[in-house]
Amino acid sequence: MTASRHRGSVAIVGVAESDLGQVADGMTPADLMGQAAARALEDCGLALGDVDAAFAAATQLNMPVLNLCEYLGIEPHYLDGTHIGGASFLSHLAHAQAAIEAGFCEVALIAYGSTQRSAGRSNAAPQEISAYEAPYRPMHPVTAYALAASRHMHEFGTTREQLATVAVAARQWALMNPAAWEKKPLSIADVLASPMIANPLTVRDCCLVTDGGGALVVTSAERAQRLRKKPAYVLGVGESTTHRHVSGMPDLTVTAARESGRRAFGMAGLAPGDVDVAEIYDAFTINTVLFLEDLGFCAKGDGGRFIEGGRIAPGGELPVNTNGGGLSYCHPGMYGIFTLIEAVRQIRGECGERNVANCDVALAHGNGGVLSSQATVLLGSPATV
Amino acid sequence: MSRNLTTSPRATYVEHCRRGELAYQVPAGGGQPIFYPRLVAPRTGEAALEWRTSAGLGTVHATTTLARKGEAPYNVALIDLDEGFRMMSRVEGTAPEEVTIGMRVQVAFVEGGEGEPPYPVFRPFDATGER
Repeated sequence: MTASRHRGSVAIVGVAESDLGQVADGMTPADLMGQAAARALEDCGLALGDVDAAFAAATQLNMPVLNLCEYLGIEPHYLDGTHIGGASFLSHLAHAQAAIEAGFCEVALIAYGSTQRSAGRSNAAPQEISAYEAPYRPMHPVTAYALAASRHMHEFGTTREQLATVAVAARQWALMNPAAWEKKPLSIADVLASPMIANPLTVRDCCLVTDGGGALVVTSAERAQRLRKKPAYVLGVGESTTHRHVSGMPDLTVTAARESGRRAFGMAGLAPGDVDVAEIYDAFTINTVLFLEDLGFCAKGDGGRFIEGGRIAPGGELPVNTNGGGLSYCHPGMYGIFTLIEAVRQIRGECGERNVANCDVALAHGNGGVLSSQATVLLGSPATV
Repeated sequence: MSRNLTTSPRATYVEHCRRGELAYQVPAGGGQPIFYPRLVAPRTGEAALEWRTSAGLGTVHATTTLARKGEAPYNVALIDLDEGFRMMSRVEGTAPEEVTIGMRVQVAFVEGGEGEPPYPVFRPFDATGER
């Protein structure tokens, strides 16, 4: 497939995490956004005065872009607070690319911060529940993912052991990441024996509940080449949605990742076989199975079998979630930005013992809501442009 | 004089619930049944919608059992009604983990909580007429 003219037009030049896990008493989401933003700028050697576009999403703030700009004392002329759940930051990157290409801005700052662990989950992320679902008291979002898992098991024979394999692989990667929350090994038996939350998902099939934040700095390819670190070029992007509520999901076993992945690979002129590392939003173990299928790494229904035998674990053919993922590294509520931070670091070779050898193409994929929105980004090293 | 509609889709749906009826919509010219009730048909954008009452028979499409701290486990399911629409509900009259995908179910209405209208749940349906 011929790549598009957008391929490689911008690059991520600065990445940083804020404090993660359990942050100091009294820290706010804005503190974490500001901290991450300052670190990301330091990472690329740009200054606050260089930033002319700002992007943010959060569950604890109504207008997080404005909080971000006030905190940093900047007045950018391009603002985007797109909120599609955890996939928002990949969408922000795609929108930043379009804006930079069109000449509406030059340096984009994307940020996220959350104190959902410290504040308490129900305070930090009040769930909007449809009047047509509320009488049945679903615990969202886990109920939706459990329903999707039940359907995948029914249609394709996916087993609880296969889902547990996702959690085990994530833990193995996390043990190589000093920043990860989880520090102890995890076995399939451990996952199966954990308390059940919403059948078939146990607490170990579900993402962590931590504090945390992150930031990205994005600029044109031309400017990126003059900065201090190896740029991670944006080769392809894609986003889509199929529903808001799980009762409105057209097919519980197929997500909009099919569309977002198709568009991202098409723009990049690449295929799943070209991907060296994949950072895929693993809010629940079923997610990794679904997205590997929908992004084209395996056929629909084969996801459970694909991940067996250590294929996505350290030493496997397709490294997935090398930071430990939402399941073992951190999950402050909206995880998407962390897929991009890790993807960039893999391309730069900054991941130490967990770095994939010769990492030229990294895929980052974000999910939002209850499998509701999907956004895919392909990043490439200088060798790819 | 107001140009607003006098009744919301939700209000019509609830009125049917009070009469023990599971209501849904269809486009006036025919086409895919619509649930949740709304003002515009999805995909076609058609605004001329008609209300129907479901016979209440359907099939379990997806199911899970929720375990909330300090409470007995309960079922949450997605039900495909025979008329061609899907809704979230709860299957009662059998243990939550006994609910299986493909099980045939029949609607029944239960009282809502404080200030809430009656709402539809489902029970296993036995074709011989016994439940």
